[in-house]
Amino acid sequence: MPEFEARGVGLIGISVDAPELTREHVKKMGFTFTFLSDPNTETTRRYDLVHAGAYEGKDIARPAEFLVDEAGVIRWTNITPDYRVRLSPDEALAALDALDRQPS
Amino acid sequence: MTGMMTDRAPASTVKRRWNIFLPAGFFLSIVSFLSYYSFFAAFPLTRDIPWVNLLLFGVALSLLAAGLFRAYRSPELYRGRIFGPILAAPALAIFGFFIYLNFGAANDLPPSSMAPRPGQQAPDLALVDMTGAAVKLGDLVGGEKGRWALLVFYRGYW
Repeated sequence: MPEFEARGVGLIGISVDAPELTREHVKKMGFTFTFLSDPNTETTRRYDLVHAGAYEGKDIARPAEFLVDEAGVIRWTNITPDYRVRLSPDEALAALDALDRQPS
Repeated sequence: MTGMMTDRAPASTVKRRWNIFLPAGFFLSIVSFLSYYSFFAAFPLTRDIPWVNLLLFGVALSLLAAGLFRAYRSPELYRGRIFGPILAAPALAIFGFFIYLNFGAANDLPPSSMAPRPGQQAPDLALVDMTGAAVKLGDLVGGEKGRWALLVFYRGYW
């Protein structure tokens, strides 16, 4: 996603899968952004996104996006009410540009 | 009893046609259900609103309705007064289940009322990267270039 990179924003994918599984998935899908694992759902819980028992009885995250600035402050969020409707990269870029990020 | 037999005499002497609408509709309703998960869910255009599958279900249920209609309207010509409902009931159930999965369950998400909001400090991360090394929020944002990060939470279990 060069559009994000050009704005100094790193794309970070997060899922509850184990690192080995994530590695395979990233390879399969050809993702070039950073993909991290939250195997014990600790981070997902801190962001209050745990969807308990939603996948074959296991806890997973509901899809959501958080834009975090250089000081660790949340600048924008998107928490879909319907997990089939996901954020498009264009929507995220539009939200990002609306924030008028000052390049440093 | 004898009277009924004479009334139905034509039906028993003329071989009645197989009512192809009924098995076709039943079969198509199964295809409508499975093809979403095996194929159409892979594309955002047919996944977010499963219109192709709803269309297929529409055809399947229309076939079943037409099959039932002619089975009862012209029982002397068409079979299906017994196996028609037997096929139509599960087809309807499959359709109902599909509607539930796509329009009920997909919206059945936890409230997430405590999720961090804009302006709040982002909770720290306790993640591991693909090599198993720990990653904190400070590793992703700030630094010399003052980087930001877009955290994208996925459902996982690919």
